[in-house]
Amino acid sequence: MIIFYALLVFMIIAAIIAVETKNLLSAVICVGAIGFGGSLMFLFLRAPDIAITQIVVEVLALIILIRAAISRDLTFISGDREFFGMVVSVVVIFVIFVAGIRVFDAAMPEFGVPAFSYLPQAASNVYVEQGLRDTGATNLVSSVYLDYRAYDTLGEATVLFTAILGAMAILRGKSRKLVEEPDA
Amino acid sequence: MSGMTVIVKTVSSWVKVLIFLFGIYIILFGHLTPGGGFAGGVILASSYVLLMLAFGRKLVEENLPLPLASRLDCLGAFLFVLLAILGLLVGGVFFVNFLYAKYPGQTGHLVSAGTIPLSNIFIGLKVGASLFLVILALSMFRHDSKSPAAKPLTDGSGQAGE
Amino acid sequence: MLYALCFLLFMIGLYCAVVKKNMVKIVLGIVVMEYAVNLFLIMLGYRVGGTAPILGAADADGVTKVVADHFLATVVDPLPQALVLTSIVISLGSLALMISICIRTYTKYGTFDITEIRRLRG
Repeated sequence: MIIFYALLVFMIIAAIIAVETKNLLSAVICVGAIGFGGSLMFLFLRAPDIAITQIVVEVLALIILIRAAISRDLTFISGDREFFGMVVSVVVIFVIFVAGIRVFDAAMPEFGVPAFSYLPQAASNVYVEQGLRDTGATNLVSSVYLDYRAYDTLGEATVLFTAILGAMAILRGKSRKLVEEPDA
Repeated sequence: MSGMTVIVKTVSSWVKVLIFLFGIYIILFGHLTPGGGFAGGVILASSYVLLMLAFGRKLVEENLPLPLASRLDCLGAFLFVLLAILGLLVGGVFFVNFLYAKYPGQTGHLVSAGTIPLSNIFIGLKVGASLFLVILALSMFRHDSKSPAAKPLTDGSGQAGE
Repeated sequence: MLYALCFLLFMIGLYCAVVKKNMVKIVLGIVVMEYAVNLFLIMLGYRVGGTAPILGAADADGVTKVVADHFLATVVDPLPQALVLTSIVISLGSLALMISICIRTYTKYGTFDITEIRRLRG
């Protein structure tokens, strides 16, 4: 259990550094550190599928972020927005955090007991007991997202297709010059 | 995006083949060991990104041009939906595992679990082609765009970390 | 207590996405929020002293396809893991879309600062 606390504190410290630093490259590297810490957390939480996926997605996300942001001349950020807006948003976030902590202490089950499968007829227990018989796959996570819940995978393929289509539509048009911008 | 030194080019041309093979292994054995179509597809895309970083964008674009990657992406998505519709036609329910009822196979072998390995292959193809497509388009756009306020960039070989 | 720390990570990402002026910093805030949500979902399914949901040779009988009792007592929940798997890859696609918007805005206005973009529009 001590390893969970250590990794979470590491991720929180990296997040605070990523938020407050003025150099954009340092912020991107700190977000990469959060991702690697998250992958280690997934490994200790007994989820090897997720750990593999998180590591490789983290590497590609770092490549996209660094290629997009490093060679621009604007690597120094000149502070936050106007003061009143910042104070209001910080107060609202603090209130939400305190209310959320109250909910977490009162209503959540304790850590270490699966929160979804306390009933014997819950879906997770059915998937574990009958997964091998119904699908023949020894990787139970694979049998869940490709046989029992294949609609979610179809939805994921659609969302990924649409996001990549949107990125291509934005990146393929020719950029107009600022001189001949058409007026309304 | 221009290339790097000779040492990096030599080593990465060997390593790229190993990464590609590892991605194919993760996809194919997705129903037996951790991995699956998504992680394997991202590994396939990252092997091509390694090649792009080491050799420059032009060499990769000649080998796997943008229209071909776009068509592979659409082909992967189309085959996945075709598998679902085949489940409707053969088994009676959308997305049913119709191959497992006919050919069960042995537990723990590569050929088992019905349509799950096929789904893994199609999803891996789709995800890999998508992510390679978007990174290629990002590097092409950066090369073509003339930003109005940026300093004129050097050719790329003198920048830090390149 | 661990859930509270994960919620704190989410709040840090929310603060970054709301308060900062630089467009890439806002994108980084959204990415941190996505990490926190995925971590929270996986933490919901953990069992102390559990094993990963992969059947080994000793955990199930190959012919009769009956799962052993010791596996059923200690396995962690496979359902949140399957849902988070697709969520991680979707977050990569949406990150690509957000960064392409940022780059396109930079080539048009010459800056990443969102207050100056509003000012240029008159």
